[in-house]
Amino acid sequence: MKDTEGYVTADGRQIGGVLMEMKNITLKFGGVTAISDISFDVHEGEIRAIIGPNGAGKSSMLNIISGFYTPTVGEVWYKGEKRPQMKPYEVARMGVARTFQNIALFEGMTVLDNVMTGRLTHMKASIASQALWWGRARNEEMENREIVEKVIDFLEIQAIRKTPVGRLPYGLKKRVELARALAAEPSILLLDEPMAGMNVEEKEDMSRFILDVNDEFGTTICLIEHDMGVVMDLSDRVVVMDYGKKIGDGTPDEVRNNQDVIDAYLGVPH
Amino acid sequence: MGGKDLAHLAEGAEGLRSVPALLHRNATEFGNAPAYREKEYGIWQSWTWAETEKEIEALALGLLNLGVNEGDYVAIIGRNRPTLYWSMVAAQSVGAIPVPLYQDAVAEEMEYVLGHCGARFAIVADQEQADKVIEVQDDLHQFEHLIYVDPRGMRKYDHSHLHEFSHIQEQGRAAREEFLPELKRRREKLTYDDTCVMLYTSGTTGKPKGVVLSNRNIIEAAKSSSQFDHLRRSDSVLAYLPMAWVGDFIFSIGQAYWCGFCVNCPEAPQTMYENLHEIGPTYFFAPPRYFEERITALTIRMEDAGRFKKWLFDTFMAHARKVGPKILDGKPVGMMDRLKYALGQVLVYGPVRNRAGMTKVRVAYTAGEAIGPEIFDFWRSLGINLKQLYGQTEASVFITVQPDGEVRSDTVGVPAPGVEIRIAENGEVFYRSPGAFVEYYKNPESTRDTKDPEGWVATGDAGFIEEDTGHLRIIDRAKDVGQMADGSLFAPKYVENKLKFFPNILEAVVFGAGKDRCTAFINIDLTAVGNWAERNNIAYASYQELAGHPQVLETVQKHVEEVNESVAQDDMLSGCQVHRFLILHKELDADDGELTRTRKVRRKIIGEKFDDLVTALYDGSESVYTETEVTYEDGRKGKIKATLEIRDAKVWPVKPKAMAAE
Repeated sequence: MKDTEGYVTADGRQIGGVLMEMKNITLKFGGVTAISDISFDVHEGEIRAIIGPNGAGKSSMLNIISGFYTPTVGEVWYKGEKRPQMKPYEVARMGVARTFQNIALFEGMTVLDNVMTGRLTHMKASIASQALWWGRARNEEMENREIVEKVIDFLEIQAIRKTPVGRLPYGLKKRVELARALAAEPSILLLDEPMAGMNVEEKEDMSRFILDVNDEFGTTICLIEHDMGVVMDLSDRVVVMDYGKKIGDGTPDEVRNNQDVIDAYLGVPH
Repeated sequence: MGGKDLAHLAEGAEGLRSVPALLHRNATEFGNAPAYREKEYGIWQSWTWAETEKEIEALALGLLNLGVNEGDYVAIIGRNRPTLYWSMVAAQSVGAIPVPLYQDAVAEEMEYVLGHCGARFAIVADQEQADKVIEVQDDLHQFEHLIYVDPRGMRKYDHSHLHEFSHIQEQGRAAREEFLPELKRRREKLTYDDTCVMLYTSGTTGKPKGVVLSNRNIIEAAKSSSQFDHLRRSDSVLAYLPMAWVGDFIFSIGQAYWCGFCVNCPEAPQTMYENLHEIGPTYFFAPPRYFEERITALTIRMEDAGRFKKWLFDTFMAHARKVGPKILDGKPVGMMDRLKYALGQVLVYGPVRNRAGMTKVRVAYTAGEAIGPEIFDFWRSLGINLKQLYGQTEASVFITVQPDGEVRSDTVGVPAPGVEIRIAENGEVFYRSPGAFVEYYKNPESTRDTKDPEGWVATGDAGFIEEDTGHLRIIDRAKDVGQMADGSLFAPKYVENKLKFFPNILEAVVFGAGKDRCTAFINIDLTAVGNWAERNNIAYASYQELAGHPQVLETVQKHVEEVNESVAQDDMLSGCQVHRFLILHKELDADDGELTRTRKVRRKIIGEKFDDLVTALYDGSESVYTETEVTYEDGRKGKIKATLEIRDAKVWPVKPKAMAAE
């Protein structure tokens, strides 16, 4: 396709080649077409946003990337290869991690334990070994804990390490979810409305963390978000969807000036 | 002090004339003892004195490599971390002067201090602090290099004058051969009269002043205070109070290096309680507010506890209040009472102390503000040796301290070892001590006003010495003590403290100088009142809404009237009863300039800022509409609008009585 090479962003960051490519994706639920013939790519190291009004098919698209849905028509290319039909956990093992629009944490478990579950795809010890806390399980647990502690430090949630998630306020739960996704050390991180329902301060914090994750670990981020201010500030490139169709794709400025987008989504100025 | 002592002072304490010299002694004599601990990645990491010396040396060499000259000022900004403590000692090692700044200061405040001391270098903790310095550095002509500890988020910055802490250390290690002789030369040159540190006072009025403290000041103060409380190498402290505050410098550097005890740094500011519990320090310092907060939190939890636990807690705490302080002071207590106290120790006091991280505390201090008698007694009744001291930056902390067994909530103790005290005719307290500061930096006028040629320093506080005990009692800031219209004494802080002793009241500001009666602004304590609201199903969305709730006003009114009753008992101050009050629509905040960074009330600024409210308090109106500008955490400004209700409080008749000579 177009530019498989990298490019340089407005703020001077070097973006790598194509990491993931969606080719002519169509998704149908019975007679309903949720997504029709959408193609776009995600470059390595960039922050890519998918925006669109309610019911545009954004979350469905994210679910296709994470392997939860299989497209009716179309292909997902990942790291230069066509991805066969896979179970979500297999996709996760390939380095795709995500957060959910409506928080999906284990409420009764502590923050630490929740974040540790993000390491599950990296653990290989047998049940017996884990039950006895012996040999491989023990070493694995320590190695994984170290990575988890770094994530906890990074997201500044040390103070709630031992707190059951059910007792946390909403904004912090969102952060814990991000921590769990990060703990998996993903190559691509999918964020489904990371700022939904947050106040201004929480949004600022979350934006900073997203930028820091991208900057510090070089993680490619693909996010869905409603808050236009946040999207335009954070992302390098934006895909705009409406009624399951792609109506725009480009840098925030290009998208902002795209007449179709203005009409369909941002509204016609009065 | 005899001539022999003075000669000894010129040489330094036991021949040690600087903090780097103390470091060297510690690393040589007990190099394997822990010097610093910091919790990181969920685990306590520790450094021995020998390792600490190496880290500091590497940094000092790196600073030489960077071109730090003798006499340069090095600003240090961030929360308590070993790296930043090392930075102070490394700066001293190369003959520079460390200037710790309050980490929560906004950029303009930093600009003033950085400009005033002409700092060429700054060592900061992270991106947040770096951003503030970068924001103002264009206006600072002398400023050259910025060093940051945590590299997170710093990658994209222009690194021509920006350095990572670990890189500076690496460069220092690499150039060890080249710079070590110079480092040794500078380290050995340090004398007892060289500047150890410069600390900016928060200043309840005007611009902050740079207090110059010499090695003599710090080491003598650390030495005598350590002896007074029998501090030793096996002690440990939790360093969590601002590094720019003199107390932290004395505890975490002065006394720690003198005694060789371990300084523990929390993982993050929010984990302080948990870390305190894990470390269990033996020597602890906290402002009164801290002790209040912990009781408030404990009370809230006990309210939610089951009936039996609540009964157990109440019964044994009542017993503790009765006999606990006596047992602590070694006074006679009956056998049955002792047995009951021992039982309480197992069931209640031990667990409470443990939760508060106070199990091992041998000496705990509170200072900075007056502490409520109930709060003070609560901790002491648990068997914690909580004492008060009175001090200030200019004195290297210690002016008076309470000796073990002579502890009371209404005095601040006897003169600390080596300190002389004099009360002036107007009641102002003066002191003279080896810890008394050298001067205010670049401010000879203020120095002259505060410190006379004989070395007596004015504290700015009014007080008196109790004749029978020799303990000092502080009444108020000398300049706040005034007269009311009828000539009777006006001491606002005395009344404010009484008000603040109620858990529901966080802050109070009393007006009345030159007026016929007193009035007050009140800030409610959101934790305590919020919990009460929750319990009584009162919904509120903000501080402002809760503050304006009629039932809250009712409760506060009762508190005010109780205070009036108690104030009326005092012959001298009975005129200070609060006739009218209002609950402020915003919390007083250091970011808005209403409090100092150490959370002291800036009376004059508040009076001017809320001029309309003060007027309303005196003109008899029942409510007042006001708009106030506030500063958000990120520096943006906003406006709060509110209509405040003003209440009249009942006052008690003043008993006419002959003035007793004090």
